[in-house]
Amino acid sequence: MKKIFFIIIFLFLSLNQKSFAYNSDPTQFIQEIVDEVKNILVHSNSKEFKSKKLSEIALKTADINGVAYYTLGKYRKKLSDKQIEEYLDLFEKYFLKSFTSRLTDYSEPKINVVSAEVLSPKYTIVKSLLLATDKRPEVNIEWRVYTKNPDKPLIRDLIIEGLSLARTQKEEFASVIESNNGDVSKLFITLKEFIAK
Amino acid sequence: MVRRIIFISIFTLLLQSNMVFAGSTVSEDLKESTSTNTAGECFEGVSRAMFKFNHALDKVIFEPVAKGYRALPVPIRKGTGNAIDNLRSLLTLSNHVLQGDFREAGTTAGRFAINTTVGILGVFDPAAKLGLEEQGKEDFGQTLGAWGINSGCYFVLPILGPTTARDAIGLVGNTILDPVYQITHNTEINNGVVGNASYSEHNYYYYRGTGAVDFRAKNIESFDSLEENSIDLYASIKSLYLQNRNKRIQNSDSAVETQDDSDWEELETN
Repeated sequence: MKKIFFIIIFLFLSLNQKSFAYNSDPTQFIQEIVDEVKNILVHSNSKEFKSKKLSEIALKTADINGVAYYTLGKYRKKLSDKQIEEYLDLFEKYFLKSFTSRLTDYSEPKINVVSAEVLSPKYTIVKSLLLATDKRPEVNIEWRVYTKNPDKPLIRDLIIEGLSLARTQKEEFASVIESNNGDVSKLFITLKEFIAK
Repeated sequence: MVRRIIFISIFTLLLQSNMVFAGSTVSEDLKESTSTNTAGECFEGVSRAMFKFNHALDKVIFEPVAKGYRALPVPIRKGTGNAIDNLRSLLTLSNHVLQGDFREAGTTAGRFAINTTVGILGVFDPAAKLGLEEQGKEDFGQTLGAWGINSGCYFVLPILGPTTARDAIGLVGNTILDPVYQITHNTEINNGVVGNASYSEHNYYYYRGTGAVDFRAKNIESFDSLEENSIDLYASIKSLYLQNRNKRIQNSDSAVETQDDSDWEELETN
């Protein structure tokens, strides 16, 4: 009886683990994420539930720390370890709020993954197409996938119609810091205000 | 007209001569960067004030008009968008020629001929069905960029929005190169007609205004999302504007061709 119980627990854990594992091929990886996101957006009514589920996906598939460092630009070298720790924590909250807010308004996005281009051993660009609706035209979306660990690809940027979200965010952060005479703590305050909104 | 061009040209040349005003908050990264996706500020304080003014104007006029336009049936919106694009393609055609893109110029000319006739003044797009796909819009600012002229500094114009020194010159060039403007403008000058004549100049502004509303209506959700998720909307719009101009000059939608990868290279997290 005890043995059966262990086998059931083991199987449950294995299946659970399986459902969290994404394909290591960048194209398949993006296709799986797109399908999963679509499933959540189509089958969930509550905005809070959608946000929670989308956040879970982002935590598993996006290199949030990598984006955080990139977004901070040259200022990442000027922060103390404690400030870096605080920044990474704030950025994760900011990223998840911003990411889920952008997506929850889409009721049924139809995205086709079209092709992939290997830039280097560390980066692959996966190209996809968000199909047109009555409200908006077709949109090209490219995903910058970080493949340094080939078994665990991670998304680092979304490039929509040639416009990089990470780059836009980086320039936005730089603007906030430099409007305050290079004081990074003002960026932290702004991020806190955004998170609390 | 010539006086206006000379004045604007001198003004923009002054702007291009690295005359960055005191109080500007341009980052060292941006100043030092050789990336074509960045540009220094001409006069940030004034630009931010102008940006606020434009933003308020958008809330009061452009967004409600765009929402009203969005309420029209899809075939009407699509037909209007097609007709506007068809007229706009004449400016694109001039710029294809100036950039030496003769193949694209041929395609654009063919599209215009077919869509204006078979497509009933551009309302329909039979040319695309015949394999003549739209080549993307071109303007004189892009042509200057294709000729190797740098963007110069960045600023915000009332109503017209974000621009750079180069693109401001481009705006003047557009009126010279755009046959729609030339026909309507010269009709008024030559005939002394101002008012309801079919080819009078105000029709040019109707056409440009309708194009702006059509664009705004197609991007209502994108603007809302950007506004909601920005911590500095002015900086976001500036970044997006410069990235967009760069990719248009390079005639590419691919990040591989338009984005500088060097910033990513040193970041290793796993």
